[in-house]
Amino acid sequence: MALAEKILKGDIKAASRLMRDIDDEMDSATDELKVLYPQTGRAHVVGVTGSPGVGKSTLVDKMVEVLRRDSKTVGVIAVDPTSPFSGGAILGDRVRMQRHSTDEGVFIRSLATRGHLGGISRSTHDVIKVMDAMGKDIILVETVGVGQDEVDIVNAADTSIVVLVPGLGDDIQAIKAGILEIGDIFVINKCDQEGADRLEQELRIMLEMGQKSTDRWTPPIYRTEAIKGEGIEELVAGIQRHREVLQQEGLHQKQARQRARYEFLEILKSSLMKKLLQRLSKNGELDRIVDAMVKREKDPYTMAEEIIHKILP
Amino acid sequence: MEERKIRVLIAKPGLDGHDRGAKVIARALRDAVMEVIYTGIRQTPEQIAATAIQEGVDIVGLSCLSGAHNQLFPQVVQLLRQKGGDDIIVIGGGIIPYDDIPVLKKAGVAEVFQPGTSTQEIIRFIKERVAKRT
Ligand SMILES: Nc1nc2c(ncn2[C@@H]2O[C@H](COP(=O)(O)OP(=O)(O)OP(=O)(O)O)[C@@H](O)[C@H]2O)c(=O)[nH]1
Ligand SMILES: [Mg+2]
Repeated sequence: MALAEKILKGDIKAASRLMRDIDDEMDSATDELKVLYPQTGRAHVVGVTGSPGVGKSTLVDKMVEVLRRDSKTVGVIAVDPTSPFSGGAILGDRVRMQRHSTDEGVFIRSLATRGHLGGISRSTHDVIKVMDAMGKDIILVETVGVGQDEVDIVNAADTSIVVLVPGLGDDIQAIKAGILEIGDIFVINKCDQEGADRLEQELRIMLEMGQKSTDRWTPPIYRTEAIKGEGIEELVAGIQRHREVLQQEGLHQKQARQRARYEFLEILKSSLMKKLLQRLSKNGELDRIVDAMVKREKDPYTMAEEIIHKILP
Repeated sequence: MEERKIRVLIAKPGLDGHDRGAKVIARALRDAVMEVIYTGIRQTPEQIAATAIQEGVDIVGLSCLSGAHNQLFPQVVQLLRQKGGDDIIVIGGGIIPYDDIPVLKKAGVAEVFQPGTSTQEIIRFIKERVAKRT
């Protein structure tokens, strides 16, 4: 039996295998994903993003606890950076979530960025699909804490949570960096530390200025103290409320269309490039083009046009 | 097609609270281009087996200083087999009396590394075993 069928029957090991094949970019993974695709689109995907050390993993751990009390099944994807020097990675987010590891309603997977920028790995979108097909009600994705450009997650998440902390000195910095636009929900964590009031005030002002009169959702700000589990129930309720608003206002449909379009174009682009590159490299054409360019006998614009004309006359 | 990345779970079963050695190994494996999942101290065999399955690792490295390795290591092997993870290689390290090694190997532990083993040797072992398996 193929992996996809096993996964749909509830086989955990098969799901894990497929995630591995996806991460390692095995061709066979694509065939399995074709089978799973019709069974996806049910889970609510939540991105959790924010600078290093703000408490994302601790928050995720506590959110899982609240969701499980509510009998929701949960998938967690925790992304950590691949070392640019060695190409290896130490994936440590899971340390804070280990008490859930033997809960059968929870599946946690750590992923390394493997050189991909934007806060998640290239494989994250497809690993989300596997968890979705496994029937998880909600999927929490912890992005890399790179600071300000971990925005790729918005293309995958239904609800994006931006986590800030007082006293890091990066409060206004983060707000400037356009992170405001990606947050559906804001969390001020480590509220036991000084400066939470000021941060909340500043954030509120920035959010109000960023609001458009047509917006049907005003991003709420939740205050939490993740280590003690404080404010987590309110946060989880906030996610649920965002989900309801998305559905009531028909925004979910719009989001789904946008995402499907983006996803299709990405896949089209990468498979086209792969095919093209194979062909150009095989007959030595690529080298000839490069040589001609270096000698200034040919320009890259004409060459690209000619190649495209050859495949799409 | 690219080569598969080797994924390793480094886990500390038992009650001892030291994980300096485990962290040194984790860093050495990362520098050898592996992806290392680190889960912290005081893990139960159940947690370790479940984590190994969810994380899709090739190999589990167990480190134990408390002396309970004769119970804990075979338990991890057993649980992995029960969960369909019999393809996952289990290796061990820590303070393990020489006489215990054959017993552990018989219980399914692929190799036991004594204190003072160079990380290069461990890396070589992992690479060879993973290559042989696939
Ligand atoms: N004082 C205080 N510390 C907290 C709180 N929440 C988390 N921490 C601590 O902050 C540190 C980092 O927490 P993590 O959950 O690992 O943070 P993270 O954002 O996942 O970190 P990276 O994944 O490395 O970016 C840990 O030492 C936590 O115990 C909080 O509410 N108050
Ligand atoms: Mg983390």
